[in-house]
Amino acid sequence: MEAQIDTAEAVARFAADAPLRLESGARIDGLEIAYKTYGRLNADKSNAILVCHALTGDQHLANRHPLTGKPGWWSRVVGPGLTIDTDRYFVICSNVVGGCQGTTGPSSLNPATGEPYGLTFPVVSMADMVAAQAMLVEQLGIETLFAVVGGSMGGMQVLQWAADFPERFFSAICIAGAARHSAQNIAFHEVGRQAIMADPDWRDGDYARQGVRPEKGLAVARMAAHITYLSEAALQRKFGRELQRDGLSWGFDADFQVESYLRHQGASFVDRFDANSYLYITRAMDYFDLAARHGGVLAEAFRRARDVRFCVFSFTSDWLYPTPESRQIVQALNAAGARASFVEIESDKGHDAFLLDEPVLWSALRGFLTAAAQARGL
Amino acid sequence: MTSREDFREIVRLIQPGSRVLDVGCGEGELLELLAREKGVEGRGLEISAEGVSACLARGLAVVQGDADSDLDSFPARAFDYAVLSQTLPQVRRPRHVLDALLRIAERAIVSLPNFGHWRVRLDLLLYGRMPLTSALPEPWWATGNIHLCTVRDFTQLCDDLALDIEACAALTEGKAARPLSPKRAIENWRAESALFLLRRS
Repeated sequence: MEAQIDTAEAVARFAADAPLRLESGARIDGLEIAYKTYGRLNADKSNAILVCHALTGDQHLANRHPLTGKPGWWSRVVGPGLTIDTDRYFVICSNVVGGCQGTTGPSSLNPATGEPYGLTFPVVSMADMVAAQAMLVEQLGIETLFAVVGGSMGGMQVLQWAADFPERFFSAICIAGAARHSAQNIAFHEVGRQAIMADPDWRDGDYARQGVRPEKGLAVARMAAHITYLSEAALQRKFGRELQRDGLSWGFDADFQVESYLRHQGASFVDRFDANSYLYITRAMDYFDLAARHGGVLAEAFRRARDVRFCVFSFTSDWLYPTPESRQIVQALNAAGARASFVEIESDKGHDAFLLDEPVLWSALRGFLTAAAQARGL
Repeated sequence: MTSREDFREIVRLIQPGSRVLDVGCGEGELLELLAREKGVEGRGLEISAEGVSACLARGLAVVQGDADSDLDSFPARAFDYAVLSQTLPQVRRPRHVLDALLRIAERAIVSLPNFGHWRVRLDLLLYGRMPLTSALPEPWWATGNIHLCTVRDFTQLCDDLALDIEACAALTEGKAARPLSPKRAIENWRAESALFLLRRS
């Protein structure tokens, strides 16, 4: 799948005199952004698509992941001849600020001290992540992106782009996103954070200097979160009450297949993710409330984005960011006079459906992109 | 159901360059026609994901939803026209939907089968059966129509809602639209299906 893909990997470095000024008032000096590109930028630099990754995603969109050896998280979507066709578009994906795959985050070395930031890393917001992406896009010499695309937290970033840089992109795709984190969303994240912080190896976030890792806490956080990415129907279909071995153990081993699956999800996650990054990124999501920054009126956030072509997707079985969240976005876009389309995809796979095989989604996405490309003269 | 005659008449009525919301836009044929022939800035509302996907591929901006619950989410006066073609008898709250159309848009274009047509009356009178005509082609157990009405019923509702009928045409499959005076009793016998251009008084 990824064999023929034309890809490049780089780190964009920003000089200390060009800091990332954060929403909190703090700043990050000497920002580094790790990113990947796929396909080729055309002569007039008009075919670039920025893909924004989700909470635990990264810039390895369509290439084999260097740590896990697995295909990139959107390998089935991004590539030559695929929905986001790299023969046609130049696709950029960067690791978010606060992340742990090369972009400056809590596990990076603080240039001022030469030691890992840990909890001295400033709390970042969705707007900060998007501001960093905008710096990268600018450094790549791209004035206007053809599209900004993202699912879940990536979808939130797409909305943030619409609020902050509406003149810098032509079209936008927000999949299974939301314009703010609900109480339930925050509650689940808090469980995850508490699991990490309860791990004795977390050491108040200073574990890197002390040479340990809060793997147990991070794994539990991942297990809890992973349940929210699936639907009850999907869990039931995949596992039901199936046992690992014949008969019950009458103990607390992973008797059920679903337990073993979750344990595996937790254990493999800690190999590729940093616990403090998990705290920072979930915090940025919890703080996300696009309307709040615009007088409580979401439509105001999109006021300057009325020339952008939007397409919003939700899934019927997504209970993490359910359809009404997407409808609210569409309603606000309509109120702002933007060109908004919306499709609710029938799927029982839950929130993570955008990472899985969803032919109806891909064909709608392809149709939208192709028509937009035509309107853009690509 | 949405015959070409229907579309032709709608295209004829709509002013060039206006903003149009097509409620129940299907695969976007009318919106595409309006964009091509009248330079219309169109939006659609469509209940099926397949319909919306087809519209997206045509470059149209379409929101998945239904007339009953999702018209309320559009801002007031966002459009010059709201079009509801042969769908009003299928909604749960026709009165509310009609009201909503004229909140969202300056004018509404609504077409519906006429249950007062002579063939409908004859079917009931002679055979005591639910009518099957070209405007009402499905048997009672298969039709999506839950709020059928006559031209006279509809003009009465327009009066109740203080809506002016600016234009009205009779639609017959295979024939060009014929202008009619909706309040003449004879038209309630003659029109198989009727199309109205409405505006708030």
